Amino acid sequence: MKLHLKIWRQKDRKSEGKLVDYTLDNVNTHMSFLEMLDTLNEELILKNEEPVEFDHDCREGICGQCGVVINGNAHGPLKNTTTCQLHMREFKDGETILIEPFRAAGFPVKKDLKVDRSAFDRIISSGGYVSVNTGQAPEANTIPVSHEVAEAAFDSAACLGCGACVATCKNGSAALFTAAKITQLAILPQSKEERKQRALRMIWQMDQEGFGHCSNTEACEVECPQGISVLNIARMNYEYNRASFLKFKKK
Amino acid sequence: MNTLSRKIVMAATGLFLCLFLLIHCLGNTQLFLEPEQAKLSFNAYSHFMTTNPIVKIISYVLYLSIIGHVVYALIITLKNRKAGGLYKRDNRGRASKWYSRNMGLLGTIVLVFLVTHFANFWYIYRFGEFTAVDANGNKDLFLLVQETFTNLWIVILYVVAMIALCYHLIHGINSGVRSLGLFHPKFVRWINVIGIIYSVVLCVGFALMPLYMYFTQN
Repeated sequence: MKLHLKIWRQKDRKSEGKLVDYTLDNVNTHMSFLEMLDTLNEELILKNEEPVEFDHDCREGICGQCGVVINGNAHGPLKNTTTCQLHMREFKDGETILIEPFRAAGFPVKKDLKVDRSAFDRIISSGGYVSVNTGQAPEANTIPVSHEVAEAAFDSAACLGCGACVATCKNGSAALFTAAKITQLAILPQSKEERKQRALRMIWQMDQEGFGHCSNTEACEVECPQGISVLNIARMNYEYNRASFLKFKKK
Repeated sequence: MNTLSRKIVMAATGLFLCLFLLIHCLGNTQLFLEPEQAKLSFNAYSHFMTTNPIVKIISYVLYLSIIGHVVYALIITLKNRKAGGLYKRDNRGRASKWYSRNMGLLGTIVLVFLVTHFANFWYIYRFGEFTAVDANGNKDLFLLVQETFTNLWIVILYVVAMIALCYHLIHGINSGVRSLGLFHPKFVRWINVIGIIYSVVLCVGFALMPLYMYFTQN
């Protein structure tokens, strides 16, 4: 199949970017979207042009490293997939595809389709951990966890941290990401010790990074590769209220 | 203030306003009584609502809530505009309801209505040259309601505003309870259903009032 591509090219953080047109012949419909970009880059290298930079890693849909906005949707037209799991059979022959980086105040563009998502790392390091004593691994059943709680924690922990929620949110809010990370730990007994400070610190860090307010449009859940529930956000709000109240009471 | 606490202010003021709307709507159903009875009953009710000290205190909370809701909406909207990304081609709307993305627009329509509504009744009743009294000696607000709703444009504005309010409430109630931290799937589903029923019944009720007054007089 033949494709017309409009790709966002930007030299670095500071420079202005623009859309550049490319035409690609002989695209195999079984290719993944990233393989299609690889093919384009090979052509560009042969022509002595600079290849299009984009983030990727496992290409199995589990690492959360890839992610671009394709025709106005994060990770492209398919719902609940990552960019690497999107295949060219989802597009028509001769179609024009517009590819842009994830955009939000919290996600500055580094180059072309690559964005700086280190804000997520800083949110995690501000409180998304559990402090345990080192030593021998404890017996697995020392702390009982019910099946329901374990499953609920897994559902929240499925978040890849790809940032599609932020790119999809009209407010550039990182509420779904932060909420999933707070919730997965808040409900497990091992991590109850740091529950209050975790919620307050992670939310504080989220705001420092310049993300917007959550207005509960629920678009993030629809576009999330893992379909992380927006109820995680409500849970985060609960954790925030609980922590604020308990902090207040202690004073 | 952070992003969460600002949303809590929006939710708390918004849900208080929802409660007020219910009382307001129930009180106003007296307009549907037989005209003679409606006049006396509605005027007595209005007299009570403007003179009772407890209601007075609540009315100040109400004014503060309206101002707070508007001010915080502005702050949040401006900050969100700065935080959100703009795309050359934007198809993100497929993932959410149009009214959930346009709460500011719907809210502005409601605010324009509210200013008109205050000017039509609240201001004239309290500060205007308003001397008409009914058989019981109460200020004749019912007469003012009748006169106001002979104007077709005002009736249209009121009905359009109630449609906007309905969508604003459907999203607002659902969003508000979650901003306050209700996360259990079962209760969230209940609130969703109750919120839709509440919004539709309330707004249809409100919209019927100007329509009823207009058509019974023409």
